[in-house]
Amino acid sequence: MTDTFKMDEAQPRLLDETRQGVIGTPMDRPEGKLKVSGRAPYAAEIALDGMVHGVLVRATITRGQITAIDETSIHDTPGLLGVFHGEHFVRNPAQGMAAESPEQPGTRIDYHGQPIALVVAKTFEAARDGAHKLKISYKPDDSVDVDPQTASNVVSKDDDAVIIGDVDSAMARADASVDLQFTTPGQVAAAMEPHAAIAQWQGDQLLLHGSLQMLRFNKRELADAVGIDPENVRILSPYIGGGFGSKLGIGAEAVSAALASRALGCPVRVVMARQTVFDAVLRRTETSQRVRFAATKEGKLTAIAHDDTVSNLSDEGFAEPVSTASQFLYGAENMHFLQKVAQIHRTPAGSVRAPGEAVGMLAFEAGLDELAEKLDICPVQLRLNNLPERHPATDQAFSARALAQALREGAQQFGWSERQPTASRREGDWYIGMGMASAARSNMLVPSAARVTLEADRIVVETDMTDIGTGSYAILGQIAAEMLGLPTEKVVVRLGDTDLPGASGSGGSFGASSAGSAVYLAAKKLREELAHSLGCAAEELTLQDGMARGANHEKSFAELLPNPIMAEGAIEGGKTADEYFSAGFGAHFCEVAVHAWTGETRVRRMLGVFGMGRVLNEKTARSQAVGGMIWGVGAALTEELSHDPRTGHIVSRDLANYHVPAHADIPRQMDVVFLEERDDQANPMQTKGIGELGISGAGAAVVNAIHNACGVRIYDFPATPDKVIAGLEALGR
Amino acid sequence: MKSFDYIRAESLSDASKAMGDGAQLIAGGTNLLDLMKLQIMSPDRVIDITRLPGLSDVAPYKDGVKIGALVSNSDLAADPKIKALYPVLTRAIVAGASGQIRNKASTGGNLLQRTRCPYFYDTSMACNKRAPGTGCSAHGGAGRMLAILGTSDDCMAAHPSDMAVALRALEAHVEITSANGETREVGLDTLYRLPGDRPDLETTLAEGEIITAVILPAPVKGSVQSYRKVRDRASYAFALVSVAAVVTMDGDKIDTASLAFGGVGVRPWKDAQVDALLHGQTPDQALFAKAADRLLAQAKPHPEAEFKRPLVKRALIAALREATGLAPATAGTDKTRDAV
Ligand SMILES: Cc1cc2nc3c(=O)[nH]c(=O)nc-3n(C[C@H](O)[C@H](O)[C@H](O)COP(=O)(O)OP(=O)(O)OC[C@H]3O[C@@H](n4cnc5c(N)ncnc54)[C@H](O)[C@@H]3O)c2cc1C
Repeated sequence: MTDTFKMDEAQPRLLDETRQGVIGTPMDRPEGKLKVSGRAPYAAEIALDGMVHGVLVRATITRGQITAIDETSIHDTPGLLGVFHGEHFVRNPAQGMAAESPEQPGTRIDYHGQPIALVVAKTFEAARDGAHKLKISYKPDDSVDVDPQTASNVVSKDDDAVIIGDVDSAMARADASVDLQFTTPGQVAAAMEPHAAIAQWQGDQLLLHGSLQMLRFNKRELADAVGIDPENVRILSPYIGGGFGSKLGIGAEAVSAALASRALGCPVRVVMARQTVFDAVLRRTETSQRVRFAATKEGKLTAIAHDDTVSNLSDEGFAEPVSTASQFLYGAENMHFLQKVAQIHRTPAGSVRAPGEAVGMLAFEAGLDELAEKLDICPVQLRLNNLPERHPATDQAFSARALAQALREGAQQFGWSERQPTASRREGDWYIGMGMASAARSNMLVPSAARVTLEADRIVVETDMTDIGTGSYAILGQIAAEMLGLPTEKVVVRLGDTDLPGASGSGGSFGASSAGSAVYLAAKKLREELAHSLGCAAEELTLQDGMARGANHEKSFAELLPNPIMAEGAIEGGKTADEYFSAGFGAHFCEVAVHAWTGETRVRRMLGVFGMGRVLNEKTARSQAVGGMIWGVGAALTEELSHDPRTGHIVSRDLANYHVPAHADIPRQMDVVFLEERDDQANPMQTKGIGELGISGAGAAVVNAIHNACGVRIYDFPATPDKVIAGLEALGR
Repeated sequence: MKSFDYIRAESLSDASKAMGDGAQLIAGGTNLLDLMKLQIMSPDRVIDITRLPGLSDVAPYKDGVKIGALVSNSDLAADPKIKALYPVLTRAIVAGASGQIRNKASTGGNLLQRTRCPYFYDTSMACNKRAPGTGCSAHGGAGRMLAILGTSDDCMAAHPSDMAVALRALEAHVEITSANGETREVGLDTLYRLPGDRPDLETTLAEGEIITAVILPAPVKGSVQSYRKVRDRASYAFALVSVAAVVTMDGDKIDTASLAFGGVGVRPWKDAQVDALLHGQTPDQALFAKAADRLLAQAKPHPEAEFKRPLVKRALIAALREATGLAPATAGTDKTRDAV
């Protein structure tokens, strides 16, 4: 076993000393060409001899029991090989980092759309026809809650509540206050690649080609679901067409493929139809949120409260942490954060990109905008007035926090001073307005290991880390190249294989920092070995383009390395995480046009300014930031799961009805500025998470701009034309 | 997907003869194939008409233009005659679907595309249009996209086509050819049935009848034409509401106005009373609001589609302000030219 480095204290900023000069550069993703030319095989694209096809069948009642699955009803399906269901079948994907099987309800139905059987045939088309026709009998349970607003079981999470001082009396005494109710609808990740798996057995060994984000955990989840030893499971997931949280845990496609393949003795492929992805993959919960602020007339906050209700199936542990960022962005003497979970029978909820901040900050930052209006204080200034010294709820010191700088720099670069009073700027039939919001997303370090091998002219990086389209291949290669002094073309990065050292996986924006630190630590060991061979101290060593120099020695790698050298690195969080609170911070600025007659909103330009620690690759980081901001636009304007009020099932279950922003919704001017920052308490590379900061707060900047444009406040997301015109009509416009 | 026979028709009569029980024509396939994969439509026989000769031209015809049923949506929108003389048609087409889909989609297929009601699309739910007599799940269900005009107790599904809305404003006809080679020309109001108690019967096409062309009447000289589509995102979404307008002025009064509406009707909607109300009047906001009220007099919205009343009213006002010169024309509003 490798020794594991614990992040107990700040480390020297070695990556500022190394000489290769590739860290932070906007390097293209090495696998990019394969992807755009169709040569990067995704899970469903592996062609195996004798492979057959399975299609999942969904439950068409909301709650109850399956009384019979009548296989004879489809006996005439050409090439039918079997119908699989039963005790091992999983109800929904595992929650992130579960490391055990998700719920296996047997014949019990917990939601309309639950996968309950797999029809396998020689051709995909026949299997799909069989799945459609398979006759299932149910004993429905008619007492069923599908609406969080009217649910009879609502659990109050009092133990997790944060209550400081007395918000109610602060509200009563305040010079100004707001008490606002918001709702956000359910959302989905809508990754481009639908969930897919191919399972293949050799004896008692299961090989799964999957599309999964966290292999170290997925291996154990799959083994537990199928009832075998994790040592007998290998998962390959080298290329993933987007995950956004929806592929954190093993799901019905993988488990059913494994079960069918074991029974049939041949490889089985299961690809979810887009509608199945909506039905049977974890969604983001809908929320209702109450936001309260109280302040003095000078704009000092005296109370901050953010209470929310989310939903899930009663036995799913996950509850969207809506108020996470609300607890540390600003400070006040009185605070109140309480969450309730409505237990309802809809497709269960789980992590979707930036769980918590993505929807919590919509309401929180929109509420603050309304307070600023009441106080007649600039919203930027109101935020600057109220930055806390320490984390108000945990009393930790902040590690690196660029919020004030982001607010100031953003306001200046965006031209915030040009902002006009509410509803006073018109261009033809369009109202024009500006809005802003803070950005914040807490940062994490998750245990990770990696192996690095250095040859005279090549580096090999190996870990079971995944690349979900974010750039893991690129940045892990850059870290190794920088640390070991070879050009990035000389690095081979192998990912997505459970036989390789276990990493954090991709989730919670922690992948680059966690898996990257493991690579960094392995490379650091190799640097020590090189220093020793060269005859200098590690601190004296410089490596560049295959040459090692130090203490008046100079040797090429070819001379120094008769044989390849290899090291493993492993990291886990330590004392710094207790003493310091680490998060990415930033500020969003947005200009919109709102049509005076039809209520359509068009984003005209957007700027995000972010302090997210050391940037490892300027290009992939920018793509993440812009992608996050686009998600913010979607949350503000277009994205909405609608549910049938009787069955609870998702009605908008394809991409024609669930509206992610189209190109025409996104302006050319989506600017991103990275502030130079090192977070010494985060990890030895001084990096922070990037993938989710861009979304956090972005949508609030959009709706705040809508208000500035036309005077309409949006409390019910998203701001579709019907809601905007209702607001306009209420104002007599 | 259910197995089916595929027949490539070489001639119109081939195609007509192969029709009948359980057969479906296929043109671009952009709607039919999706529906077949989901087993919302499961024909036994699919008759490919894309090789039929003589149906792919946009050509002068009488005083107007004849558009072959196989002309692609992209080609039709880009046709110089259409852009110059019938610009509302170009605007409506490019407001629909995506570039890729419009390249495949045909004129005939666009007219006969099926509704996007989510309950029609979900085979686990009752739907009188998909499975006659099973009921209508949209009652008491999610209903934001439903029609508010022409609905019945059995069906509230909206017709999704943008192109057909412009065609109604242009008073186009369709040419229909029967199995024995005879042709007839009917207006769109005759082509499309109202749902009544048989929402599964959407058109008056008889067995073996094929749409062979769309016929546009003489261009409306000196008209201003406008297509205003309001949707949930800027592109690639079906209309919440849309307004097609063809307007001529006589001095500062409206001479003629031909309006049609999308997103609100069970079929592309036109109301002669609305046009008549505008005729000869001085354009102003109050007049436009009155026209909208006339349009909506019979509206019966599902609670979630209630917003379509104010929205279509506001969209109508926005469109007519530009079409009558009360406001400067923006993208979507064009003056017809006298010649190509
Ligand atoms: C994602 C998506 C978004 C879309 N968005 C929009 C939109 O915003 N606005 C819009 O208007 N449309 C939209 N569409 C629909 C698109 O316009 C239609 O799918 C297309 O026009 C259908 O034409 P087709 O030739 O492909 O028809 P097909 O799929 O080939 O046929 C459709 C139907 O018409 C019948 N048919 C075809 N030709 C004839 C004929 N000559 N005579 C008699 N019957 C015939 C077929 O039997 C079939 O029943 C969208 C489609 C998709 C997939």
